Amino acid sequence: MTPVATPFFFYFLSALTLGSAFLVITCKNAVHSALALILGLLGQAGLYLMLYAPFVAGVQIMLYAGGIMVLFLFVIMLVNLDRALKEEQFSRQWLAGCLAAIILGALFVGVLMRGKALFPASSEQIAEASNTQQIGELLYGPYMFAFEIASLLLLVAIIGAVVMAKKRI
Amino acid sequence: MLPITTFHYLVVAAALFALGVVGVLTRRNVVIVLMSIELILNAVNLNLVAFSRLWGLHGQVFAIFVITDAAAEAAVGLGILIAFFRNKETVNVDEVDLLKW
Repeated sequence: MTPVATPFFFYFLSALTLGSAFLVITCKNAVHSALALILGLLGQAGLYLMLYAPFVAGVQIMLYAGGIMVLFLFVIMLVNLDRALKEEQFSRQWLAGCLAAIILGALFVGVLMRGKALFPASSEQIAEASNTQQIGELLYGPYMFAFEIASLLLLVAIIGAVVMAKKRI
Repeated sequence: MLPITTFHYLVVAAALFALGVVGVLTRRNVVIVLMSIELILNAVNLNLVAFSRLWGLHGQVFAIFVITDAAAEAAVGLGILIAFFRNKETVNVDEVDLLKW
C-alpha cells in the first residue's frame, strides 16, 4: 500500500533539513544562519506531518519557526554583528570538534545498527483526525502537572529575560 | 524503493544531532552556538515523534514540552547575550573570559 511518493517526500524533506542544518553551522553571517534554520524547521515540520503528527507540526511552525526564530532575528538585529563578520569564524580547535562529532556519529550508528531489531520495521497507522483531541486529553489528563509547571517555567523565563535585557534594573 | 521505516527517521535525527554538536563546538559566534543548540533540540524532538508513532502519543506530548522549554531557554540565553554585549561589544565566545585567571 506504500505510495510511490512517500520515499520521495521523505528524502526531499530530510535533505532540506540536513542541508539547512549544515548551512546554519557554516554561514558567516548570522542572519543567513537564522534564515537557514527557519528553512530547516519548516522541513522538520514536514517530517512531523509524514509521521502522522499534525499538531506537533503546527506547534513547530507557530512556536519554533514563528516565535523562537523571530526572537533570534530580533536579537541579531539588536546586537551589532558587523565586527563579528570580519573576525575568525571558526575556533582554533575546530578539528577536535569535528573529530568529537564524528566519534559521536559513529556511536549513534553503532547503537542504531545494534537496536534495529528491537522495534518493528513497519509502523502502524494512527488515525490522525483526532490527533489534536487526543493530545489535548493527554495534556489535561496525565500530564496536567507538567503542563502547569511549563507555564510557570515560561513566566520565570519571561521575567528573567526582561530583567537581563534591561539597562538599569 | 524500500519503505521508509522508523530507522530512517532516527538516522536523520542522529545526523541533525551531530551537526548541532559540530556547530556548538566549532563556531565562535554566540548566536550561532545558540542556534546549534536549537538544532540539537530539534533532533531530539524528531526522535521522540518518530517513536511516538509506534508507541502512543506520549512522545508527541513530550515533544511539545521540549519545544516550550526550547523557547524559554532561547529567551533567557538571548537575554544573557544582550547583557554581555552591552558590556563588552562583542559576540565572540573566546572573549567571554571575565572569570578567567
